[in-house]
Amino acid sequence: MPAISTASLPDIVFMLLFFFMVATVMRDSTLMVSNTLPAADQVQKLDKKDRVMYIYAGKPSDRYQSKYGTQARIQLNDKFATVQDVGAFVLAERASKRQELQNVLTTALKVDGETNMGLITDIKQELRKVNALKINYTTRLGAYTQNFN
Amino acid sequence: MPKRSAPEVNAGSMADIAFLLLIFFLVTTTIETDSGINRKLPPIEDVVDPPVIKQRNIFTVVVNKNNDLLVEEKPMNIKDLRAAAVAFLDNGGGKGEEACNFCQGEKDPSSSDNPDKAIISLKNDRETEYQVYIAVQNELVAAYNELRDREYLRLNPNGGLTFTQADKIYSDPRTTPSTKEALKKKLDVVKLLFPQKLSEAEPSKTN
Repeated sequence: MPAISTASLPDIVFMLLFFFMVATVMRDSTLMVSNTLPAADQVQKLDKKDRVMYIYAGKPSDRYQSKYGTQARIQLNDKFATVQDVGAFVLAERASKRQELQNVLTTALKVDGETNMGLITDIKQELRKVNALKINYTTRLGAYTQNFN
Repeated sequence: MPKRSAPEVNAGSMADIAFLLLIFFLVTTTIETDSGINRKLPPIEDVVDPPVIKQRNIFTVVVNKNNDLLVEEKPMNIKDLRAAAVAFLDNGGGKGEEACNFCQGEKDPSSSDNPDKAIISLKNDRETEYQVYIAVQNELVAAYNELRDREYLRLNPNGGLTFTQADKIYSDPRTTPSTKEALKKKLDVVKLLFPQKLSEAEPSKTN
């Protein structure tokens, strides 16, 4: 029985490689909070990635709990932050974007489902103060009934 | 001059290199599927003279700290919320100038006059769970979408699209500008019929 030729193996691998290179989006910050997004089905796609800034919130994940406790916290970039930091963060993000994008930025709130609304209301209040009014409650796709357990 | 041939490059390790790169991208890849509910926050400004809104044009939804729902001062299960919101928005009880000629609701005089006037007021407690709040938001947006879909189909019966589908195409960055322009006009008409007036009150404090 003749051996199977492996000459086309590199081609196949390259094809896969190109697919993943194109599809890849590098994660720009490591999550330090647990982040189980709530489910919703009346959703709209988020804007292009360069027009979005992300605010994460939720309980600190297991390895940070000894240091930061179990109260829900905000994460901006790679650090835990308080509500007062949100405004400065938004302004810094806005300044780092191109001029023509500065007015069309969306703030994506990636908040854990079990967080209390108080924190989110505080974040929204801060966003209003710096005039970052376009927000998106990032959710995962699913029926709303999944939110009740 | 003797003919010199370039030495053949050994391509045997090509597969290894490609595999290495492939594994790197496999590990770092996160195929992004971010989507969510878009909202616009009200700007901070002192309203000197708040407009007077008739009570019947306001649909109050309150979520308390135990995640229970209170709709128009009555407890309600969330699965009934969408239908209740649709009934309120589509009521069209107004007369004369405020009449609504496309509404298919009950024309109950104690409910909203016109979708244009109807306001949904959502109020939550500081201890409400975020996922419950999102569920409520989802159902209210669903009510608007249901009505907008209906009107969009009525006005564009040959398009074969619903409002939500058309809106999806409109917000897709790959859509050509000319298609966008055409869609925007149709979408705006429907948005004007059922404007999303969802007001969020400042949260109540619990001590």
